[in-house]
Amino acid sequence: MQLLTGVALGSIYALLALGLCLIFGMLGVVNFAHGAFFMVGAFLGVYFLGLTGNFFFSLLLVPIVTGGIGLVTERFLIRPLYGRGIDYPLLLTFGLSYVLIEVMRVTFGIEGLPSITPDSLKGSMNVGIGYFPKYRIFLIVMTALIILGIWFFIQKTRYGLIIKAGSRDPEIVKVLGVDVAKVWLLVFGIGTAIAGLSGILASPTRSVNPEMGIPILAESFVVTVVGGMGSPIGAVVAGLLVGVVYSLTSLFAPALAELSIFVLMAVVLLIRPQGLFGKSGFMS
Amino acid sequence: MSKKTNQTRRNIVIAGAAAASSPFWFNIATAQSSTIKIGFPVPLTGPFSAEAQDQVRAAELAIKEFNDAGGFNGRKAELLVRDDKLNPGEAATRTLELIEKDKVDYVVGSLSAATQLSINAVCKERKVIFNSISQSDAINEVKDWSIYTFHEALNPHMTAGAVARYAFPKFGKKIVYLTADYAYGHEMVRGFERAGKSLGATTLADIRHPLGTSDYSAFMPRIKALNPDILVLCNFGRDLVNSAKQCTDFGLKSSVKIITPVLLYTARQAGGPEAFEGILGGTSYYWGMEDRIPSAKAFNDKFRKAYNGIVPSDYGALGYAGILSVLQAVKNAKSTDTPRVIAAMEQLKYDWYKGPQFYRKCDHQSVQSVIVIESKSKNMKDKNDVFNVLAIDGPDEKTLRSCDELGHKA
Amino acid sequence: MQAIFQQIATHRVLATTLFLMVFPWLMPYEALAINILIFGLFAMGFNLLFGYMGLLSFGHAAFLGMGSYITGISIVSYGMPWGAAILFGVIAAAFGGLVIGFLAIRTRGIYFSMVTLALGQIVYYGFYKAEKLTGGENGLRGVKVDPFNILGFKVDFLNPLVKYYIILFFVVIAIWLVSRILKSPLGSVMEAIRENEKRVLACGYNVAQTKLLVFILSAAICGLAGSLRALHLSIVPIDSLHYLQSGQAVMMSILGGMGTFFGPFVGATVMLYLEDVVTSFTKHWMAVVGLIFMFFVLFFPKGIWGSILERLGSQKGASK
Repeated sequence: MQLLTGVALGSIYALLALGLCLIFGMLGVVNFAHGAFFMVGAFLGVYFLGLTGNFFFSLLLVPIVTGGIGLVTERFLIRPLYGRGIDYPLLLTFGLSYVLIEVMRVTFGIEGLPSITPDSLKGSMNVGIGYFPKYRIFLIVMTALIILGIWFFIQKTRYGLIIKAGSRDPEIVKVLGVDVAKVWLLVFGIGTAIAGLSGILASPTRSVNPEMGIPILAESFVVTVVGGMGSPIGAVVAGLLVGVVYSLTSLFAPALAELSIFVLMAVVLLIRPQGLFGKSGFMS
Repeated sequence: MSKKTNQTRRNIVIAGAAAASSPFWFNIATAQSSTIKIGFPVPLTGPFSAEAQDQVRAAELAIKEFNDAGGFNGRKAELLVRDDKLNPGEAATRTLELIEKDKVDYVVGSLSAATQLSINAVCKERKVIFNSISQSDAINEVKDWSIYTFHEALNPHMTAGAVARYAFPKFGKKIVYLTADYAYGHEMVRGFERAGKSLGATTLADIRHPLGTSDYSAFMPRIKALNPDILVLCNFGRDLVNSAKQCTDFGLKSSVKIITPVLLYTARQAGGPEAFEGILGGTSYYWGMEDRIPSAKAFNDKFRKAYNGIVPSDYGALGYAGILSVLQAVKNAKSTDTPRVIAAMEQLKYDWYKGPQFYRKCDHQSVQSVIVIESKSKNMKDKNDVFNVLAIDGPDEKTLRSCDELGHKA
Repeated sequence: MQAIFQQIATHRVLATTLFLMVFPWLMPYEALAINILIFGLFAMGFNLLFGYMGLLSFGHAAFLGMGSYITGISIVSYGMPWGAAILFGVIAAAFGGLVIGFLAIRTRGIYFSMVTLALGQIVYYGFYKAEKLTGGENGLRGVKVDPFNILGFKVDFLNPLVKYYIILFFVVIAIWLVSRILKSPLGSVMEAIRENEKRVLACGYNVAQTKLLVFILSAAICGLAGSLRALHLSIVPIDSLHYLQSGQAVMMSILGGMGTFFGPFVGATVMLYLEDVVTSFTKHWMAVVGLIFMFFVLFFPKGIWGSILERLGSQKGASK
């Protein structure tokens, strides 16, 4: 039973880490604002739900909006920093997260918004070993579908091919005549769209407030590192792993729960620095 | 050699010019005013900014009341509000600023256990009165306490005790605690268990969760399996909102009575009627008391008049009382001299907003009533009418831990 | 103007000391000036590793915190005199640097940052849990410095100006130490490693040992900053050890100009002063600080001081 809650939690982590991984793998940018985009997605989700009354419509709308913000961010804030070294976009996105948090505070108030579980997904259902909330089942299924969708996009479509090639060797891709700048723009947008989507998906399970992205950020980084910084499979597997580890430790030794994921990260880094699925020497 | 001296000389001149134009001199000039200054460090930014802003509103109301009544010997009071960002290091810096630069006479404030302890540490060393307006068990204990320390707010023992005394006889004796794993959570559990002992309650389990947990689904099956009469949510703020919500989602309310030691007005507004329906808890103040307590009505009316009809919250009321107690003591002592004001505060008997109160001598804890309330979702007269007042546990020294227990020698 | 800067470059410790001696008169209140001293030192210690060696650590708060806590605990639980307490704080932080450095050096690049982040968080939890000694999440309270005598003069630590000059004394010693290190052959090796590690290795230097040594020195200096902070605030807040605190050191160094001598101090001054002033004007200080920060990252990658130096055409020789 605990495993199932771990998987639900892990699904959110997996999705977030996937977004981070795409951005990092393709652009070499460590997006410190990822948690903030998650938070924005959650707020927008509740807001749109309040406006339209339709959860699934909001589910569609939110990633478009957060992706849009991501596009603008890449074009005007991050692009000027390419070539200066890995630290600068990291620091810029760090500053950006401060701004995003404050903007949300001003727009929606410091208390946050009460999150609402859509009516169709309320209540719990019997999963054989006991009752489990319907919404979390939905969450697991939904993230699995999204992840499959992204996998399909990357493996089977032309754009996906370009993204994969670009993360291996941006120079060659440029030489082959592809407008790399446009691709980077798109990838960043997709990454932030995913972050926003995880936000709205997570919103019924937790309170929506401006600070919710901060712990999420640390956790997403742990996942990305454990999985391997350039590997999408790693992100998904590690996401589920971290979710399960956290849920299990919460049950048996709650004070150590947050610590446990950092210990996991430290152990992985010291034994297998490239992560479970990462390529060796990827980021030296 | 002389070139270097010229350089150094130039540096000094430049530095001097900069210093002369710096704000520092300006500050010395303004420090000579004759107002009574009260420093007010509160977390204006951060997760509890809503409560803090209410504290500021109520405190300013108190200052205005004092000034309108003529002040003290013609001297008016002034509130110096600072943002401590809910951060003990920042709180200490702000307190240093208030004492050293602004030369405040007294300090009232804060909202979290950690920040008030750090403000207290700075104040007591510099012999400045500090009246704390938020919950803490530690501040009464001899290690942190000093004669300059006053505690206007409730502490976990009082709050948990009152709720236990109401709920345990009514709803059952098998208790499960869902506790945030930090000092506040533990203190609350201790308070409940202490009161519960004499009522024959048994603790089935004390389930700890990490502070700031957003996902409580891992604990629900275990709680259900234990089949308690009462589930006590020993957590605060966002944690309370999240756990209340998820208990509702998991259908716990059909078989278990849920109670919490501190039920904040702001938490209830944030969580919404559904999540909190039927949940019972304690508080230092609820505006709805005005139909049975005259001073509550007087306070509410003043607040509504000053602030466009909104009602004061629990923490707000503490801000009001914290300031008034200090200023009244000044009037009673006929002096702003700290040792005399302390003596006056120790003798003070007051009723600012909820009935009679006084400070116990050994630890300066304000002995006061605790209100037991229950959240409602139906029959709400307006958006402020969110609680039913179930009981008022009167001010009684016996609800506090004894002076000995806290380490104070008689 | 050029001449002045040349002079300052050669006598940088003296110039810094003189400036810092009049500094409290430039700031609105002494406690802020002291905070700037402390965080300036923290950033400077951090910058040894980051700016001069190119190793971005996200766990340096661990050393700030270790210094603070060990000094605080020495005074509160063991009643030691403050001088000894500072010494213990620094030694503890250096030891922490040895352990964490040893583990972290084995990784590079972004992984180094992540390992230091993780190890820093582990230290945080360790201190959090040791409630009896550290006060847990309420922090350590009661770090007192009683009045004492120097050469027959009574020194009252509670007097803000006196406190400033005492702390300045220690900071100046540390700054002098840093300057000596940077000007020494070790300093050159450090910068060489930042530019091209493989080549340094090829030249026969023991890179790992150098990295570890600098890590320990950096930790010790951050530890000193922490010790002084405990004495200044009379408390040690638990979040001194959190990665957000490490993040502050990073920001200050970049803002001021990493790889420059005076840069971290400039960064600390600007950041703390801004936060203080902006907080008095608006509740939305977070957005303002974030925007200003982004502005600097975009347009002044060399930081404030770095850009000033660049403008004056300082040569590579006098590395500041």
